[in-house]
Amino acid sequence: MLAAVRFSDRPTAGPSVRLVPPPYRLTAFPPYLGPVLAVIGRQAVGTVAGFGLLGHFLADTVRAVPDLRTWGRMVVQQMRRLGVDSLPIALFISAFTGIVLALLASYVFTGAVPMYLVGTLVGKTIIMELGPVLTGLALAGRVGANIAAELGTMRVTEQVDALETLAYNPHAYLVIPRVLAGTVMFPVIVAFAMAMGLFTGWLSATTLLPVTNAEFMRGLRLFYDPFDIQFGLIKSASFGFVITLIGCFLGLATRGGAEGVGSATTRTVVYSAEMILVLDAFWAVTLLRHP
Amino acid sequence: MILFEDLHKAFGPKRVLDGFTLAVRDGETMVVIGYSGTGKSVAIKHVVGLLEPDAGRVAVDGQVVSELDRAQLTGLRSRIGFVFQFAALFDSMTIFDNVAFGLRRRRDLAESEIEDRVREALALVDLAGTEAGMPSELSGGMRKRVGLARAIAVRPTYMLYDEPTTGLDPVTSAVIDELMIRTREALGVTSIVITHDMRSAYSVGDRIAMLYQGRIRQVGTVAEIRDTADPVVKSFIEGRPDRSASEAATTLSAEEGIAVEGAQG
Repeated sequence: MLAAVRFSDRPTAGPSVRLVPPPYRLTAFPPYLGPVLAVIGRQAVGTVAGFGLLGHFLADTVRAVPDLRTWGRMVVQQMRRLGVDSLPIALFISAFTGIVLALLASYVFTGAVPMYLVGTLVGKTIIMELGPVLTGLALAGRVGANIAAELGTMRVTEQVDALETLAYNPHAYLVIPRVLAGTVMFPVIVAFAMAMGLFTGWLSATTLLPVTNAEFMRGLRLFYDPFDIQFGLIKSASFGFVITLIGCFLGLATRGGAEGVGSATTRTVVYSAEMILVLDAFWAVTLLRHP
Repeated sequence: MILFEDLHKAFGPKRVLDGFTLAVRDGETMVVIGYSGTGKSVAIKHVVGLLEPDAGRVAVDGQVVSELDRAQLTGLRSRIGFVFQFAALFDSMTIFDNVAFGLRRRRDLAESEIEDRVREALALVDLAGTEAGMPSELSGGMRKRVGLARAIAVRPTYMLYDEPTTGLDPVTSAVIDELMIRTREALGVTSIVITHDMRSAYSVGDRIAMLYQGRIRQVGTVAEIRDTADPVVKSFIEGRPDRSASEAATTLSAEEGIAVEGAQG
C-alpha cells in the first residue's frame, strides 16, 4: 500500500518532523523535442522496415534458385559485365596503392626499422586489407551503381512488369545471376588487384628505395601465411555479395521515374560502402583474433 | 472469363478501386474507359498478379489470382498477353529477341519453331523484316506494334491492352485498332482494352465499361454507351468538361508506383 506510507509515519527519535515531499508535476516537453523525437522514430522504423524488406527480398531470391533454367544462362554474361569489365579500374587502384605503400613504409621505417620490412608491410596490407577494401569501394560505385540504375530503369519503364507477365521470375532472371556473378568474380578481381599491388610495391621499392630484390622478397615471406590470401578473398566474396544484393534490392524497389532511379543509385553506393566497412570489421573480429 | 468481384485497392490514403465489379465474357472485347488516374491500369494489373487486392478478388477461368502460388501464377500468365502503355520492350535485346522472349520460357518449342512464331507475329503487326533492329531505332507506334507482337507470339487466351493508342497520331492509332481486331479474329482471344480514346473504344469494343470513383459507373454495348442518359458517362464520351467529374478523378502519385495516366495523355 504505497499510497498509505507517509514520510511522517517513519519512527523518529526526536520530535516528529513532518517530511512531505514537494508537489512534483510533469512539466511539458520542450516544444522542439516532439518533432525531433518523431524524426528519430520515423528513421528507426524506416531502418527496421528496410531490413525486413531486404530479408523478404533475400528469401524470394533463395526461393528462385531452383529455377536454374532461367538464371543459368545469364550468369556467364553477368560475370563478364560485372567482373571482367571491372578489372581495369581494380588494377589501376591497386597499382598506385602499391607504390604509395612502399614509399610510406620506407618513410616510416627509415633509421629505426630494417628496410626489408617494407616487403612485409606492402604484402600484408595489400593482401589483407587495402586490396579487398579499396577494390570493394571502387566496385560499389561501378558495379552497385550500374545494377541499381539498370534495374531501376527497367522498373520505372515497366520492363520488370513485362518480365513477370511473360512468366519470368525477376528474382531468377535479374537478381540471382548478378549476385552470383558478384560473389564469384569479386575474389577473382581482388586476386588480380593483389598481384598488381605487390608488383608495383616491389617495383617502387627496388627502384626508388634502398631496398634490394632479395630484401623485399625476404620481408614479403617473413610473416607470410597462406591464410592471409584466404582472408582477403573471403572478404572480397562477401563484398561482392552485399554490393550486388543491395544494387538489385534498391534497383527493383525504385519508384517515381528518373528521380527515383537517381536516388536508388546514390543509396546503393552509400549503403554498399557502409556495408563494406562494417563487413571489414566483422571479418577482422571474427577471423583475426589470436588463439 | 475474367471476373472482378468487389475489388478494393488503395495506395496510402488514396482509395483507387472501391468496389470494382466487372465480368468479361469469353471471346468479347471489353473496353474500360475513365478519367485519367481513376485506376483502370491498376484494375488490369490485378489480372496478372502484378498487384494484390486489399479486398475482393479477381478470378480468371475460376482461378482466384491472389490465391495462386508462384507456379500456378506462372501458368496463368503464360495464357495472358499484356500490351503495356509504352510497350516496355527490353532495351538490350533485338526486336527478334524481344518477341521470342516469352517463347523461350517454354520447354516444348525448338529454336526453329520459335523463329517461325516470331516471324509470324511480326508479320501480323506488319513489321516483317525488322527482326535484327533494336527497340531504340523504332518510332512510338512501331514499339507498340512490337509490344503487341511479343504478347501474341505466345498465343494467349486473353489479351490485356493498357492504353494501346495513347500518344499516337490518329492514323497510327487506327492501325493499332485494326491490329487489335485482327488479333482477336486470328487468335479468338478475350480482351480488355484500357483507353481514353473513344474512337478506338467504339472501333474495337463489344462492350464498354466506365470506371468512375473506383467502381463501374455503367457497362453496356457500344450502342448503349453512345446513347447513355447518365450525365457522367455522357460528359466523358462527348469530351465535355464536367468540373465535378474531373475533380472527382483521383490522380495517383508516381511515388506509389503507378504511372500518372494524365501525364501521358
